[in-house]
Amino acid sequence: MPVVRFVFSPPAEEAAGLLSLPWTEPLEDWQDERLVEIRQRGISRHVVRFVADNGTLYALKSISERLARREYRLLRALAELAIPAVEVVGIAVDLGAGADAILVTRYLTFATTYRAVFSSPRGSGPPADKLLDALVELLVRLHLSGFFWGDCSLSNTLFRYDAGTLEAYLVDTETSEKHPELTAGQRKFDVELAVERVFAELLDLEAGGLLPDDVDPLEVAGELQRRYDRLWDELTREEVFPVNEQRFRIAERLRRLNELGFAAAEVELVSTPGGNRLRVSTRVAEPGDHVRKLFLQTGIEAGENQARRLLNDIASFRAYLEQKEGRPVSEIVAASRWLTEVYDPVVAAIPASLQGRLAPAEVFHEVLEHRWYMSEQAGRDVGTTAAARSYFERVLPGAPEPLGTDAVH
Amino acid sequence: MAQIVLNHIDKVYPGGRKALDDLNLEVKEGEFMVLVGPSGCGKSTALRSIAGLEEITGGSIMIGERVVNDLPPKDRDIAMVFQNYALYPHMTVGENLAFGLKLRNTPKAEVSKRVADAARLLGLDPYLKSKPAQLSGGQRQRVAMGRAIVREPQAFLMDEPLSNLDAKLRVSMRAALNQLHERLHTTTVYVTHDQVEAMTLGQRVCVLRDGQLQQVDTPQKLFEAPVNLFVAGFIGSPAMNFAIAELVRDDGPAVTFAGHRLPVPVSVFQARYGLDGYLGKKVILGIRVSDFEDGAVAEEAWPRIGVTVTVTEELGTEIHAIFPIDAPPVEHASITQATAGDDEEEAVPALAGGKSLWTARVSARSLVRPGQALELAIDNSRLHFFDPDSGLTIG
Repeated sequence: MPVVRFVFSPPAEEAAGLLSLPWTEPLEDWQDERLVEIRQRGISRHVVRFVADNGTLYALKSISERLARREYRLLRALAELAIPAVEVVGIAVDLGAGADAILVTRYLTFATTYRAVFSSPRGSGPPADKLLDALVELLVRLHLSGFFWGDCSLSNTLFRYDAGTLEAYLVDTETSEKHPELTAGQRKFDVELAVERVFAELLDLEAGGLLPDDVDPLEVAGELQRRYDRLWDELTREEVFPVNEQRFRIAERLRRLNELGFAAAEVELVSTPGGNRLRVSTRVAEPGDHVRKLFLQTGIEAGENQARRLLNDIASFRAYLEQKEGRPVSEIVAASRWLTEVYDPVVAAIPASLQGRLAPAEVFHEVLEHRWYMSEQAGRDVGTTAAARSYFERVLPGAPEPLGTDAVH
Repeated sequence: MAQIVLNHIDKVYPGGRKALDDLNLEVKEGEFMVLVGPSGCGKSTALRSIAGLEEITGGSIMIGERVVNDLPPKDRDIAMVFQNYALYPHMTVGENLAFGLKLRNTPKAEVSKRVADAARLLGLDPYLKSKPAQLSGGQRQRVAMGRAIVREPQAFLMDEPLSNLDAKLRVSMRAALNQLHERLHTTTVYVTHDQVEAMTLGQRVCVLRDGQLQQVDTPQKLFEAPVNLFVAGFIGSPAMNFAIAELVRDDGPAVTFAGHRLPVPVSVFQARYGLDGYLGKKVILGIRVSDFEDGAVAEEAWPRIGVTVTVTEELGTEIHAIFPIDAPPVEHASITQATAGDDEEEAVPALAGGKSLWTARVSARSLVRPGQALELAIDNSRLHFFDPDSGLTIG
């Protein structure tokens, strides 16, 4: 019996439950009651199985030890850079003579796949649009950090809703490389690979009768290139402007970067005959000022857009309280009362059969959207309670069911 | 197809590390060139520079008639093969081959023709209307090759494409690559750290070390006439045996090492210009594993030495006899780097008492057993001599 070695990232307590899995058998032959199927999962070159243990879903991938160790290192590097990616738990090696290693990652909660985005679209706007924006932003963030993906595709990405938009998470770093900085050739090649793969994936969906009629794979592939080029240009182009416009133009450029979720690592002005040339070295912004603020005030974990929305609602509620009570209400008190009087009741009212489909913060965001829609129709504010009731009856049932709930054995 | 010319290529990373150092290499039109060397030798950097993924700091790269230094990868008309392909399950094999051409707006008739041609070449034509799930592992790999073939590029570039395959699939894919090249004659540059793979696939093999070209030649010439210790130690498996030796003239020219004396034929001196200048001096002697034979079955004219075999490896068609000699391992950076392997294992340490282990390949008919004395015959017309300071082959 081979002596299996496990290399886990600390803390490793939750992964301890995985130790009793049949590691020394080929992954494709595993029989265990904890194995589950993922609906609408993407295409994989390797054997990948999913295990639900103690309330957490894990993805297990069988690959060579050399690649497993490499992928483990890269996923940890991505975590340190705060680039959205699946969280690596560890690797199991020495599984027997000639046997591959197994890489273990934590499956993203409330994640969805591109197939599910097309089959069960959420919110307004075409799904292809949201997928593209999310994928392009992820690719640009990787490139700014010196990461070459090498296999950007919809199948290698998981998505999460964030106030109606999608955020993309990198799943597979098997082909990735980390450099101090990417060359133009590396970036362009990475995008070329992305365009080709996304095109093929959409063609494949079309061949399977799973692609909406209004989605043209060639058009989407071309749009990916265009959006990447636009975003990259927005973040890295040099501008020349007259000295008397300098302050305003720099402020505008930096504000635009912030709105896109990025920040300036360094700003350089070089004088030229035509004016000052602005060079901005862009980095990915520290994850969520809004996320942090919301967490500090309420303990709610949310995406950046969700956090922004909820904080806006707290601000509205605060104004309402001040008006009602005829006196100032502090931000802390407003947040605390909003949590107990507004947010928690909505989340607690999610029917048991519909729980797990969307993150609570996303549900709340959609309830607010629904409230606005109902209020527009009624010509008056219908209130959150009524909006939530209607939402749970009419809207949330249409959300895709959680990906990993079908037991295999 | 086109020739590829690397002209005085330098690649210096920020921080000063020189990954490529004045590399000059010509890959002829239609040639299958393998770049080989240990980890960090620059072989992947060279390939990536040709592909446009690395920016060179000096020199020029030509593909065909064009200098491509400033061209992005997609404009160089090269195809990276086996780049982490995926097979799309709802599409047929034919559609899996064709989609790249569709993306490039290739006319339909042209797409059909290229897909049919590629499928025929790869033995996939019976499967064009099948789905990928019906293919074997080897057939799926061939679909990956097919995607590059239908693009009809000027050159194929492959960076360790078989390294993640199991041994059996690797061997069959090597054979498939060989056949493919014989039929297509597309210029190919192939990178591997595995010298056996290099020798099997390459029409010529370029050995790199620390970003510098050591030798580029046919596999046979690299094996028979390595230009220095590094190439001699890197090419050939098991590795060449080395010992510090002395060329002597008493009673006819000979080389002495580890208590043994081997006559050196006059023909060897004639063939190796400058070797006679080393008479009375130390040299590094190299003997290939395949230049030994069991004295009981060897040529009469071959000189013999007596050894005690400690280990035998019976491989069916031959036997490797491993025996100690009374000399420590040769300490030379070229040998350490050449024989260290990609995992940067330490070089085989000296045995106790200043001995080291040599390997001889003898006939499967040999009766040699571990622990036994053996009379080993050596083909002394094929001895290798190296300058102990420079590591260069003498002559």
